[in-house]
Amino acid sequence: MSTASLTRLVDCDIHNTITAEALMPYLPKKWQEYHREFGRRQLPGDFYPKAMPFASRTDTWPPTGGPPGSDLNFLRRQLLDAWPIDIGVLNTLITIRNQEREYDAAMATAANACQIAEWLEPEPRLRASLLVPFEDAPLAVAEIARHGSDRRFVQVLIPSRTSLPLGQRKYWPVLGAAAERGLPIGLHFGGWAGGFPISGAGWPAYYLEYHTGMSQTFQAQLISLICEGVFEEFPDLKIVFIEAGLGWIAPLLWRLDRSWKHLRAETPRLRLKPSEYFRRHFWLTTQPIEEPPEPAQFTAMLEHLGMNDHLLFSSDYPHWDFDSPDHALPSILPAGVRQAIRHDNACALYGLKTN
Amino acid sequence: MTKHVVGTVAEIPPGGRKLVDVAGRSIGIFNLGGEFFALRNRCPHQGGALCEGPLGSCISSAGPGHYEMSRGGEILRCPWHGWEFDVRTGQSWFDPKGVRVKNYEVAVVAGKNLKPPAPDLVPGPYVAETYPVSIEQNYLVVEL
Ligand code: FES
Repeated sequence: MSTASLTRLVDCDIHNTITAEALMPYLPKKWQEYHREFGRRQLPGDFYPKAMPFASRTDTWPPTGGPPGSDLNFLRRQLLDAWPIDIGVLNTLITIRNQEREYDAAMATAANACQIAEWLEPEPRLRASLLVPFEDAPLAVAEIARHGSDRRFVQVLIPSRTSLPLGQRKYWPVLGAAAERGLPIGLHFGGWAGGFPISGAGWPAYYLEYHTGMSQTFQAQLISLICEGVFEEFPDLKIVFIEAGLGWIAPLLWRLDRSWKHLRAETPRLRLKPSEYFRRHFWLTTQPIEEPPEPAQFTAMLEHLGMNDHLLFSSDYPHWDFDSPDHALPSILPAGVRQAIRHDNACALYGLKTN
Repeated sequence: MTKHVVGTVAEIPPGGRKLVDVAGRSIGIFNLGGEFFALRNRCPHQGGALCEGPLGSCISSAGPGHYEMSRGGEILRCPWHGWEFDVRTGQSWFDPKGVRVKNYEVAVVAGKNLKPPAPDLVPGPYVAETYPVSIEQNYLVVEL
């Protein structure tokens, strides 16, 4: 493995910010007025400012005055050009807030149009996740149909906190529409959760608890998607966990497999062990990567998971828990594995071609 | 070890800082109430530009509901992930024995005492290690 090939890099989680002002020109007049008069719901129970203003590295505020992630030139300078990033996937966090349905849908449509015009057109290194009003299946399916053939949208974005577990049939039309077009579902840390605490045991007092506890939302989604038989219904469906962490997954699968053997008759539609569905249908981004005290423990963590070909490097720029491409993967990992995580796996999953 | 003139005392007011490049390294020079300290501008965690981070206090707790703030302006937080370092020593706060950022001594030297790079230079504006120096001022000197 030459060092040159290790410079190839795909960043699977970049947050561009589309401010309300930037979004307005893409919203129909009626919804512009609605937005001005009634606005958007705040995310209930979210901590803010999440340790650092805008949850961002303090050095990511662009000199042009907008919030972190709002200025393409600055993002180029600080991320795309600072490392040899061939392709970066944008995950715009305009989460759908479960309000007036057509307003939610109009916001998603406007944000997608803005992403095309102001991010994807001017910067060929960028791809984007498609925003959809995922709590309303028909409207979400319509948005997928609108852009489903534009390969610059590489996946459909849904936050990890949905109002019901994602495996439930309410969401099946959305999952099916994505699978039909070969678009993975990118499930990203965060979101609106129908008002439920992030923890299964009530509201935490500290942001540290909240941030660490976010993996609980992914645990719930993993279990739901598998147990509901979603992958029997949609054998081509792919799910990408973005910012879920890695270390908790193998022990959860051990537990799920064990219980499934005892309780198999309750979910007879599952033909495979839960862990087999997971290893076939799920991909995982790396950031925020666990940092075990001993390098050997990191290797063991990946061995337990057994999914080196499904791991995707991500930086989470500009957020404060950003991972640097130079440091996220410990050097004890063989170069071939690092190359796969940094580049090859993402190309295979999203059908990307880098030069 | 070479002595490098990195600035004048007057340039960095108390609470202020200056980033300099010395021998290929980026270094932050800090003035804490008239004392000067220098730290490598590279976080030992993932390499963030540590010396560009905000300066704050040391916050500690003696028990539930107790918060003490001390040493205002002496704790540097990395702009990337917020690891905290003591500007005076370079030690981290969460693991003072295990994690530290390289620090350097900063000496204050009067201009007239700075050795010119060539012995035949006369006092007056001259250059010491690429920094223009005059005898009237006090200079900050880092050795590395
Ligand atoms: S790079 Fe400084 S805290 Fe991570």
